[in-house]
Amino acid sequence: MTTATTAATAPATTEATTGTATAVTAGARVEVRAESGWAAVCGLSDLVPGRGVAALLPDGRQIAVFRDRAGRTYAVANRDPFTGACVLSRGLLGSAGGRAFVASPLLKQRFDLVTGRCLDDDAVSVPVYAVRTR
Amino acid sequence: MPRTPRPTIVLVGHGMVGQRFLEELANREVTGRARVVVLCEEPRPAYDRVQLTSYFSGRTPEELSLVDEGFMERHGIELRLGDPAVAIDREARTVTSRAGLEIGYDTLVLATGSYPFVPPVPGSDSTGCFVYRTVEDLLAVEEYAGRSRVGTVVGGGLLGLEAAGALSGLGLETHIVEFNPRLMALQVDEGGGAALRRTVEGMGLTVHTGVGGKEITAGPDGAVTGMTLSDGSAIATDLVVFSAGVRPRDELARGCGLQVGERGGIVVDERCRTADAAVYAVGECARTADGMVYGLVAPGYEMARVAAGAIAGEMDATGDAGDAGASFTGADTSTKLKLLGVDVASFGDALGRTEGCLDVVYSDSRAGVYRKLVVASDGTLLGGVLVGDAEAYGTLRPLTGSVPPVAPEQLVLPAGAGAPAALGPSALPDDAVVCSCHNVTKGAVRAAVTDHACSTVPEVKKCTKAGTGCGSCVKVLTKLVDDELEASGVTVDKGLCGCFAHTRGELYEIVRTRRLSTFAELLDGHGREEARGGEGCEVCKPAVASIIASLAPALGASGYVLDGEQAALQDTNDHHLANLQRNGSYSVVPRIPGGEITPEKLIVIGEVARDFGLYTKITGGQRIDLFGARVDQLPAIWARLVEAGFESGHAYGKALRTVKSCVGQTWCRYGVQDSVRMAIDLELRYRGLRAPHKLKGAVSGCQRECAEARGKDFGVIATASGWNLYVGGNGGATPRHADLLAKDLSDAELVRLIDRFLMFYIRTADRLERTAAWLERIEGGLDHVRDVVVHDSLGLCAELEALMAGHVANYRDEWAATLEDPERLRRFVSFVNAPDAPDPSVRFVAEREQVRPDLALLSGPDIPVRRLEALEGSATR
Repeated sequence: MTTATTAATAPATTEATTGTATAVTAGARVEVRAESGWAAVCGLSDLVPGRGVAALLPDGRQIAVFRDRAGRTYAVANRDPFTGACVLSRGLLGSAGGRAFVASPLLKQRFDLVTGRCLDDDAVSVPVYAVRTR
Repeated sequence: MPRTPRPTIVLVGHGMVGQRFLEELANREVTGRARVVVLCEEPRPAYDRVQLTSYFSGRTPEELSLVDEGFMERHGIELRLGDPAVAIDREARTVTSRAGLEIGYDTLVLATGSYPFVPPVPGSDSTGCFVYRTVEDLLAVEEYAGRSRVGTVVGGGLLGLEAAGALSGLGLETHIVEFNPRLMALQVDEGGGAALRRTVEGMGLTVHTGVGGKEITAGPDGAVTGMTLSDGSAIATDLVVFSAGVRPRDELARGCGLQVGERGGIVVDERCRTADAAVYAVGECARTADGMVYGLVAPGYEMARVAAGAIAGEMDATGDAGDAGASFTGADTSTKLKLLGVDVASFGDALGRTEGCLDVVYSDSRAGVYRKLVVASDGTLLGGVLVGDAEAYGTLRPLTGSVPPVAPEQLVLPAGAGAPAALGPSALPDDAVVCSCHNVTKGAVRAAVTDHACSTVPEVKKCTKAGTGCGSCVKVLTKLVDDELEASGVTVDKGLCGCFAHTRGELYEIVRTRRLSTFAELLDGHGREEARGGEGCEVCKPAVASIIASLAPALGASGYVLDGEQAALQDTNDHHLANLQRNGSYSVVPRIPGGEITPEKLIVIGEVARDFGLYTKITGGQRIDLFGARVDQLPAIWARLVEAGFESGHAYGKALRTVKSCVGQTWCRYGVQDSVRMAIDLELRYRGLRAPHKLKGAVSGCQRECAEARGKDFGVIATASGWNLYVGGNGGATPRHADLLAKDLSDAELVRLIDRFLMFYIRTADRLERTAAWLERIEGGLDHVRDVVVHDSLGLCAELEALMAGHVANYRDEWAATLEDPERLRRFVSFVNAPDAPDPSVRFVAEREQVRPDLALLSGPDIPVRRLEALEGSATR
């Protein structure tokens, strides 16, 4: 089992997200904070609300980046700690009690997108990354 | 009293009551202490005679069996099939069997049942005259009906109507001849009989009442040609079934000097014992202490219990001999059945024979509904008759003998006609018998939930046996279990998920009637309060996507599953039009309709697999699965496949998978129809149809059933004159044989019925509920589904057919459509910011000359990708 270790533990606050994602220009870019600093990963328009994409950080790590209906963006490690496969970006985004989660497409465990904690197994979590849109 | 340390009990007759008697002995641990020998006339062990007619709707004789596998062996019972008793010597205490076996007994139990009464009509021994009592009788009727056009049933009682339903179901023009002035004269009154008659006639059967058969005419070959009635009229009929009541089989008892009743039946006392203390009689062959001969199974079961208790008591068995003193003094003859699809129930003093009793009657001849309650002047409910809608039976019967908490007229009025909230099972007292087949009280059902921790109806059935007899109480049982669970603080939430309080079926109706084409509208308008405005979840998003896809043509929505908001709702399999495997790679399954494929296409599949390094395996559905494709390889793989004429096989979707076939008439020397052509036609018709779960079909070219069609959601088996359609089959963890829905269909009739069946399933099933589980769950089961899709009882068929026509007209291959559209292709990359970089975690190793996932890689540390220079450039695409 992999648990959160090296990655940023700060909540994935979306510094550029004001809840009015529509105000962001069409050409806006999504950036994720890697160890070496903010890295652009994709255009905001590459993100379909409710779905994720996989991206590479400059150090070669795989992350999963999501956008919700309200326009908020999230990033977690792409690796599903239960199976070892790099697939979380292909999971479905959901919400429970107002908090966003992704369900692994393999065995459907859910991970809180802000804390990385697995909602179905307290002992497991995934690394989370700060995201901003600009 | 036992003469020997290990006494011998001989049971003569192995019908329903005989088997129950054996179970009662086993429960009391008598079988371990006594030798038990059973002489059975029929060639098969006890089966459910009450459900006999269900043979014609696809139940096999094996499925009707009442004997659990290994029961006889486990309890050391010696069962001699096809070897009836022919003589009893009470002096020597021996029974002689037809095979010549002479068995000494300490205790003899007669459970010989009854025989069908054949009225003394000249010609009744002609070829083509039958009775209707055993599996063998049914087999004979079925065989003869195959070469008959008109069938006549003599007798309009319970069994007569069942037999008439069977003949009608076999496609015969059917007549019913009843000597009494009305149908079911023993159970229902004149009004009920009239309602019943109208409904039966409405189904195309001809009813003759108040007349008897005078003569049966036969041709020179001795086969029936017609029947003359007592009023001089005649019916040209090819087949006659006598179902004019039964008579107790008491000839063995007469032969050994035991007393029989004036109108037959072995005379027994309250403990089911004859004047000879070593001989008992139970079931339909017994004339009980109240002077009755009961022809129903519930009293027979009660007699089996009483006799077993008495015998156990004599032996001083250590088992539960607490009921050794139980007695049988009379029984409830209430009945509820579905005859020819009509609910008929009668209970208590149905015919109003109690002195000074009063009637409360509701009659609606337009709807074929008749309800009558018989009450005493003080309001005590004495009995009643329900025809056309016997819903209230489960509540009314247990209330018989008490003053119901609401006025009688409110109990017969239809809901909404000024009646207050219907009197539900909740109003029953604890000692009310809910299941009369097994004598289970409401209190026992409640105890099963509270004391035995049962939390579902199947668990309660297993624990109490309630609902496992005729099944008429299951609805009441369900309500009681729900009530009890709720009372103990368990909330029974039938909602789809945390976002919706509705079931999938309810959401389907909302989407359909309000013409919603987006998930957001549905969630924000109809979701649970706390979920509105949210994201939904991994349960409801794909379920709603499937509903919208099924209804797409009717909603004017795009059926393409990757467009717009739909894209965000789909599970990854639907999103990438491929099946995600454990290491993050995908498998690819091109459609091979009916399993038929040209050598050229086989070569293309081989070449594609070779060129992309894919693992290949033949599936159970007669096609080929290609494993190990990275997400970024899918478009290139499919470009090759589409060019060669393949299309999506929808292996990734909750959709039609395959329609399997055997090779059929074209090549097979046994085949009677072209099963391959039909399988291809069906697969092409339903390809791409989104459903609550995957759908599988099969077509067999003859009764040998090589395509295993009865293991499919819809299975088609060829007959000499067309196709038989079976539905609700399943393999997997809980296998289920499909049930016969309709017989001898033409091509067009077959397609029309499957259209309706599938659309009705899609409309009403729960999420991830296969047709097998759906058929088991929905109220009324197969009969209800047949009413809806064959007889159009809900007036839905035109709409169901239109929905399917819309699906067929709107079908497009999803992969061809994806390849044509650069926007749709954009998702098929491993990384959004490095579209050319393959995912390094998807690696393979060799095994048996092919590849398999490198699982060691998955359990290791993260593998960084070594190709970072492209990052900046690609992020701005």
